[in-house]
Amino acid sequence: MKKLSVSHLLGIKYLNTEDFNLIFETASQFKEVINRPIKKVPSLRDITIANLFFENSTRTKLSFELAEKRLSADIINFSASQSSVSKGETLSDTVKNILAMKVDMIILRHPNPGAAHFLSKNLNSCIINAGDGTHEHPTQALLDVYSLIEKFGNLKGKRIAIVGDIKHSRVALSNIYALKMMGAEVKLCGPKSLIPKHIECLGVTSSSDFNQVLNWCDAANILRIQNERMGTVYFPSNREYSQNFGLNLDRLKQLKKKIIILHPGPINRGVEISSDVADSNQSIILDQVQNGVAIRMAIIYLLGSKLNIKINA
Amino acid sequence: MTSKILISKKKLEIILNRLCHQLKEKHGDFSSTILVGLQPRGTLLLDRLSKILNRQGFTNLKLGKLDTTFFRDDYRRSDTPLSANKTEMNETVEGMNVVFIDDVLFTGRSIRSALTAIDTYGRPNSIELLVLIDRRFSRHLPIQPDYLGVQIDALQGDRVRVVWSNKPDQNIVYLEKSNE
Repeated sequence: MKKLSVSHLLGIKYLNTEDFNLIFETASQFKEVINRPIKKVPSLRDITIANLFFENSTRTKLSFELAEKRLSADIINFSASQSSVSKGETLSDTVKNILAMKVDMIILRHPNPGAAHFLSKNLNSCIINAGDGTHEHPTQALLDVYSLIEKFGNLKGKRIAIVGDIKHSRVALSNIYALKMMGAEVKLCGPKSLIPKHIECLGVTSSSDFNQVLNWCDAANILRIQNERMGTVYFPSNREYSQNFGLNLDRLKQLKKKIIILHPGPINRGVEISSDVADSNQSIILDQVQNGVAIRMAIIYLLGSKLNIKINA
Repeated sequence: MTSKILISKKKLEIILNRLCHQLKEKHGDFSSTILVGLQPRGTLLLDRLSKILNRQGFTNLKLGKLDTTFFRDDYRRSDTPLSANKTEMNETVEGMNVVFIDDVLFTGRSIRSALTAIDTYGRPNSIELLVLIDRRFSRHLPIQPDYLGVQIDALQGDRVRVVWSNKPDQNIVYLEKSNE
């Protein structure tokens, strides 16, 4: 039987193709489970998981929480704004205290890139990165790729565009690693100011001609403008951004083929994507959300199985 | 490892037919019965039994395939994760008579996990167990079959291997003895 090559999920960069296949196979079985009349399995009934969210989140937090509950794990929730972090406690101390309460697994979202790596090196616990600053968001990339595979069957040779604020997006970086690993061609699109220099080193191309990119691609992952991470002005106005890089029905109608639309959420309707496109049948945004729970159940189940139980006979 | 034939092709055919007769005797026209093969190998036995019943005119059988991996009691007790198989339960089990079908009954732990797993599809009226081979004196739990192919005595390290063929008369069961 197969197992994951890693003991923590810190980023897509550290996974291999076998890990992907194992996660997707397991997620398919969990997807069936969450469509049953009773959506719960008892696998993780003796595991306690802490959801540490040092940054705001709706989807990811709910999705992780639901995945944990569906697996029967005990959970504790933590958000930085209501904690001793505001009194000056360090990340390491906060987590050490939580682990002292016999917690087995940590789900960490943090504004600083590398926070999950730091914890995995300094603490003896299983860490799952739920987004670290502008670095990686591995579970989002896994669910994006899983949703695309559901539509296309196989991503070999498929053309996927990632559009928008590439510079500040952890979703973009994780998606690039994941899509490349599954054999897809990746093109980035956005204002030149929001495409990082030397990004071609990752084996992707980039363009600022949105219409040309839409004609090229089989699927487009539309990203949100991350105003909260921008220290300066990267484009003149939301209106101008929307005119150049906003996906609307007129743009889609001009294409010769039907492309698949993804969005990791939250959506800024009318900025990067118009309402009629977000709610159209080409959009798989809600499929992504449903698959997110199954993918997270699979990851927690597979990593949890590495926490070998120690019962003294 | 030495291997000997436990059930010959001819005898296995007779046993499968007998099990079908016993099911018919108890379940009549199968209108409120659902036959559930336990993944992975119970589903192969389910395929054979349903084919025989189909030939005898029972064409509207309600069938299901149930994987019990996530309900097992040995999670976190080995180095590798337990990998799951596909569950195909298109029928509700609420108020139905469920027959679990598996090839070999050994410790009874798979059946225990199946008893928990089936609850996620509703509350069945009754649950029975049909097995092809019952390995006597090896049970960890108080679980016994309602329909039985053959009962055998085998040592702990021995392995019962059921080989299903595409041709109905080519199915065979081996007992593989460890050389220790």
